[in-house]
Amino acid sequence: MLDPLDPVVLARAQFAFTVSFHFIFPAFSIGLASYLTVLEALWLKTGKSLYLDLFKYWVKIFAVAFGMGVVSGIVMSYQFGTNWSVYSQRAGPIIGPLMAYEVLTAFFLEAGFLGVMLFGMTKVGKSLHFFATSMVALGTLISATWIISANSWMQTPVGFVVGATGQFEPAGSWWAIVFNPSFPYRLVHTVIAAYLTTALTVGGVGAWHLLSDSANPHARTMFSMAMWMAALVAPLQILAGDTQGLNTLEYQPLKVLAMEGDYEPSPDGAPLILFGLPSGADDSVHDRLEIPKVGSLILRHDLHAPLPGLKDFPRDKWPPVPVVFWSFRIMVGLGLTIFGLGLWSLVARACRRLYDWPWLHRAAVLMGPAGFCAVIAGWVTTEVGRQPYTVYGQLLTADSHSPLAAPAVATSLVVFVVVYFTVFGAGTGYLLKMMGRPPTPGEDELPHVPHHAAGITPAHGIKPTVAP
Amino acid sequence: MNHIDLPLIWAAIIAFAVFAYVLMDGFDLGIGILFPVFAVGEERDQAMNSIAPVWDGNETWLVLGGGGLLAAFPLAYAIILPATYPLMIAMLLGLVFRGVAFEFRWRDPAHRVYWDAAFTLGSLTATIAQGITLGAVLQGIRVADNAYAGGWLDWLSPFSLLTGASLVLGYALLGASWLIWKTEGAAQAHARRMAFVLGIATLIAMAAVSAATPFLHYDYWQRWFSLPGVFLTAQIPLLVLITAAVFFWGLRRGSERLPFLMVLALFFLNFLGLGVSVYPYLVPRTVTIWDAAAPPQSQQFMLIGTAVIFPVIIGYTAWAYWVFRGKAGAHGYH
Repeated sequence: MLDPLDPVVLARAQFAFTVSFHFIFPAFSIGLASYLTVLEALWLKTGKSLYLDLFKYWVKIFAVAFGMGVVSGIVMSYQFGTNWSVYSQRAGPIIGPLMAYEVLTAFFLEAGFLGVMLFGMTKVGKSLHFFATSMVALGTLISATWIISANSWMQTPVGFVVGATGQFEPAGSWWAIVFNPSFPYRLVHTVIAAYLTTALTVGGVGAWHLLSDSANPHARTMFSMAMWMAALVAPLQILAGDTQGLNTLEYQPLKVLAMEGDYEPSPDGAPLILFGLPSGADDSVHDRLEIPKVGSLILRHDLHAPLPGLKDFPRDKWPPVPVVFWSFRIMVGLGLTIFGLGLWSLVARACRRLYDWPWLHRAAVLMGPAGFCAVIAGWVTTEVGRQPYTVYGQLLTADSHSPLAAPAVATSLVVFVVVYFTVFGAGTGYLLKMMGRPPTPGEDELPHVPHHAAGITPAHGIKPTVAP
Repeated sequence: MNHIDLPLIWAAIIAFAVFAYVLMDGFDLGIGILFPVFAVGEERDQAMNSIAPVWDGNETWLVLGGGGLLAAFPLAYAIILPATYPLMIAMLLGLVFRGVAFEFRWRDPAHRVYWDAAFTLGSLTATIAQGITLGAVLQGIRVADNAYAGGWLDWLSPFSLLTGASLVLGYALLGASWLIWKTEGAAQAHARRMAFVLGIATLIAMAAVSAATPFLHYDYWQRWFSLPGVFLTAQIPLLVLITAAVFFWGLRRGSERLPFLMVLALFFLNFLGLGVSVYPYLVPRTVTIWDAAAPPQSQQFMLIGTAVIFPVIIGYTAWAYWVFRGKAGAHGYH
């Protein structure tokens, strides 16, 4: 059905590829910026150099991840115009101001204070430096707020009229647009996801170093902080996900039905399909393992509540069911596993063996990247679940694209793939290398930065022969 | 707010953002372009140090330019970007390489030579793409039914290649004169020599672009040479000559800041000249500022925030520059 040389398919692949790659970095830096703020606050409050060491250790990692987030993010602000100009022209009056506010209130804030946060510890006072760190963290959260608002409006559009040229024109209050019906749920779910993603990475790194030296105080602190997050925040995330699901059922029932694999209507309680093979050939889920009625219990909080099926709706309004079905299961499965890790750590803590159970540490290392996978799976669920629309119920994806030339889209897609894997592959390699080295007392501010009477240089290179 | 011409205000804001981008990322990209001629070691490190704390903020103006155009003039955004498709992609990928090179070259000394090359090629690609885009917009874009109606290589012409090459020279000049300000010793002397040569080259390129522009369309010709407007428009080339004279005088006198400030003035005059040619169009001779404007509710909503936030942004950006004031040095700030 999908012609791989259809320029619209290529344009969709390009957007999916660039945005998925991009989101990996903010998912990490939103959480890490807040973590750095906490570490610096703890250092200022307790005076313990251990927290300063951890701050300096993670700020180097933050610098690389943030840089990759910035450059991959700039690509996104132009992707709308190159491949999706009809969408831009029509939805621009609503989406544009939300994104412009993101730039004005968040990006400049982050960029303005980032230099001071990374390089300025000896150039400004302690409290001013802490202020800079807090502003960077605040910037990441403001950024998330605006971009989630824009995305949510595409999912649950309100507060507009369609003008003569087909443009979506704001009508009434902008607050209705910004706080559109799905926005609060998505914002909470996404920010918690970013925090968990970072916690798992920090926990994985801590666990890795505990495996070689379980007495390392830095590794212990990292691991303990991260496991508290997993134990306390993962259940909150499950609740947040559940309420978002209820909201989606209200506004985008087809998406939820695709997630659940409910092709047929269920007049007396829908089952919960744990696993199965959804098939587009005969519109059913094969080899299914299901619990009767629990689907309705989750979605309607009532075992016998009726739920519609996909077949109640015209077929050309269905999202691609197998993709949504699977990505949803990956997300939920990882979420439950993260919660399980948190519970395990609580048991270990209760037994006073948090730093002594190698299998717990091995599991935490294995789960280090789990947050990233869950976040991407979640976005695939919600974005593919929005199809066949860009603006849900209003503007079809098939009508949103630019006057595209297949050779241009195909070439640029290939170049994006090659460049992203090269550049961000190398970057991820550097991140892993930095994480593979344990934090030490008296951690350097940045590698290759010699201490000097005049302070610390931002990026001075000493001779290449000196090992990092 | 009916008596306020919102589209005109927004055109001014976006022009300001684009100009701020051209100036601030211009010297960053210029340093990237000149990087291979710097000596490996101290000179390169000084050059890199002088922009490391600020490049990210500088690049944010580009996001504001793109995002602001989408928000305030969605029609112009939806026409110009498809018309310059390969250029936009090339610019973005160039900026990807340029941006990561700042971090990566310090993490990986064994491959530093590759990241330095990526820094230069990325900067050069982004600059050429921006310069060609300028030429492509000036020479005109084929539009039908509120959408781009040309092919994917329409932007390619001798004129657009000329503007592409000119911007490379211009950014390199900005970079060299920035280094005169921010470095010292041998690096500064080198920057001074480069600025002299690049100053001459940039003036020649400016003259060539200025001479070619009126021949693109009769409208441009009229705008510049019809009476009595010519008495006003003629002031721009006159000011360019004066600025250039002060630039070379400052260079000879050994002044550290004057050359950079004069190059900024040159860019401003160029930008002004561009405005004279193009106004009131966003897509020359087809889509005006008012044709492309988003509904007033959208422009008004953004204007309120912008009026409050712009001064704050300019304030803390200035503060960030102030923290890292003085010579960059290879051994720390003084």
